Amino acid sequence: MNRIFNNPDFIVEDAVRGYLKAHPDILAATDNPRVLRRPAAPQKDKVGIVTGGGSGHEPAFLGYVGNGMLDAVAIGEIFSSPSAKAFHDAFIAADGGRGVACLYGNYAGDNMNVKLAAKQAAKHGLTVKTVVANDDVPSASKDDRSKRRGVAGEILMWKVGGARAEEGADLDEVIASAQKAIDATRSIGIGLSACTIPAVGKPNFHIEDGHMEVGIGHHGEPGVAVMPVKPAREMADLMLDHILPDLPFEKDDDVAILVSGLGATPVMELYVLYDRLAEVIEARGMKTRHLFIGNYFTSLEMQGVTLTMMRLDSELDRLLAAPAHSIGLTRV
Amino acid sequence: MLSSISIKDSGGLVVELIDVIRENRAWLSKIDGAIGDGDHGINMSKGFTLAGGKLGEPIPPLPDALNILSETLIEDLGGSMGPLYGYLFSSMADELEGQEKLDGDVFGKMLHAALEGVQEIGSANVGDKTLLDTLSPASEAFDEAWRSGKGFAECLEVMSLAAEKGRDATIDMVAKVGRASRLGERSRGVLDAGATSCCLILQTLAKGIRQRMGA
Repeated sequence: MNRIFNNPDFIVEDAVRGYLKAHPDILAATDNPRVLRRPAAPQKDKVGIVTGGGSGHEPAFLGYVGNGMLDAVAIGEIFSSPSAKAFHDAFIAADGGRGVACLYGNYAGDNMNVKLAAKQAAKHGLTVKTVVANDDVPSASKDDRSKRRGVAGEILMWKVGGARAEEGADLDEVIASAQKAIDATRSIGIGLSACTIPAVGKPNFHIEDGHMEVGIGHHGEPGVAVMPVKPAREMADLMLDHILPDLPFEKDDDVAILVSGLGATPVMELYVLYDRLAEVIEARGMKTRHLFIGNYFTSLEMQGVTLTMMRLDSELDRLLAAPAHSIGLTRV
Repeated sequence: MLSSISIKDSGGLVVELIDVIRENRAWLSKIDGAIGDGDHGINMSKGFTLAGGKLGEPIPPLPDALNILSETLIEDLGGSMGPLYGYLFSSMADELEGQEKLDGDVFGKMLHAALEGVQEIGSANVGDKTLLDTLSPASEAFDEAWRSGKGFAECLEVMSLAAEKGRDATIDMVAKVGRASRLGERSRGVLDAGATSCCLILQTLAKGIRQRMGA
């Protein structure tokens, strides 16, 4: 395992310290070492935007704290939900007096810890409302959408929620926009190699050399098919075949596209994939209004890629275009 | 042989729980590695060790020690295990409120409360390949033995065996909740890590109580 760490049990603590030293203009510490905030948070009279999740997905989650994005973030161990206390302290750090929107992904641990934290917050009069992202199409059937996991679509949900809060919307309006965002968003991943949690020391799943796993989750959760690695064009078609009919995305739709590497895939290859994605999307009569390509939501050193698409209406289009400044995403 | 122990003097039971989780760090992670992230032992050990540092000297009475463990797991551990074990231990502590002696009646109630606590925060049912599959049969076996007039020490033995049987029954189950559920049928054939740590916890409690009673 050729990786960069000191004591693997404290890799998250060490990384958070590095982030704080590197970006004092964007990130500030709180009394809880597992909670970071915008330096300006809590911002009076603005709905607070909070998320949280396990580490190992950088720049998610802490990299999306910033102006026009998240106010505070709760940080967990690698691939493990932050504690209820961390979520609760993030709510406090983000609360400017108009309530807090907790926009997070659908995982068992996060669901429990957010529920406990929101209950705790309610005890001292802080209202927390939630939107649970479930954009990962292969993780459950369409009839069972509530069981789907949240993946890179969360970033677009945070962007929309963050921009809406910045406009001065109230908590219910922010929640409605974030819910609309995730309801209009679909994702799929393809895994090309496994990943290793440093403290564990070996991968907890396996992808045979020369094979790819279609529909893989952000922690190596199994996908819907394992097959020999296809040329990029066929990979792109396969991904679109899964997500386009699910919403469905149709002719004349305005869309946002996010292509994220899973950590160890060369960025160049994301553009190889995008070449075909763009060709098909244009041929289908859709118009790409917002495009993000890079390592936006990773899974340690997994090789592979996720594709996320959002169908836009004028509101979502406006909110995605609004200014934002965070480590992972900046719009001017 | 005694039929109960002093609640005030048995906070050391929590120290024994912390020790057993630390000792089994690698084994629990190995079990988790088959169908999970392989970090169950690592994270449990980190959380329990933190709680150990907060207990202080002298060791506080059992309910206080259980509450310190519970709060640490909820506040610092996170994941799924933080809230689940956090609720399990605080529910146990609640049943000790106002009691001086831990006897068979009180212990039976502690197991029931633990079961309810876990079900309140989690969404699993018995048979879903979780720690409930250890806890539920252990509680039932204890109740049955206690009702049939067996002594507290013997009931603890019966419970320990039932916990182990429950744990082993998870081998043939398909996970219905949590990350392992994503594997579907592929989650069959191996132990559940939570059911395994729960078995260690119940057996360590049973052993510690029996020793204190002179059994």
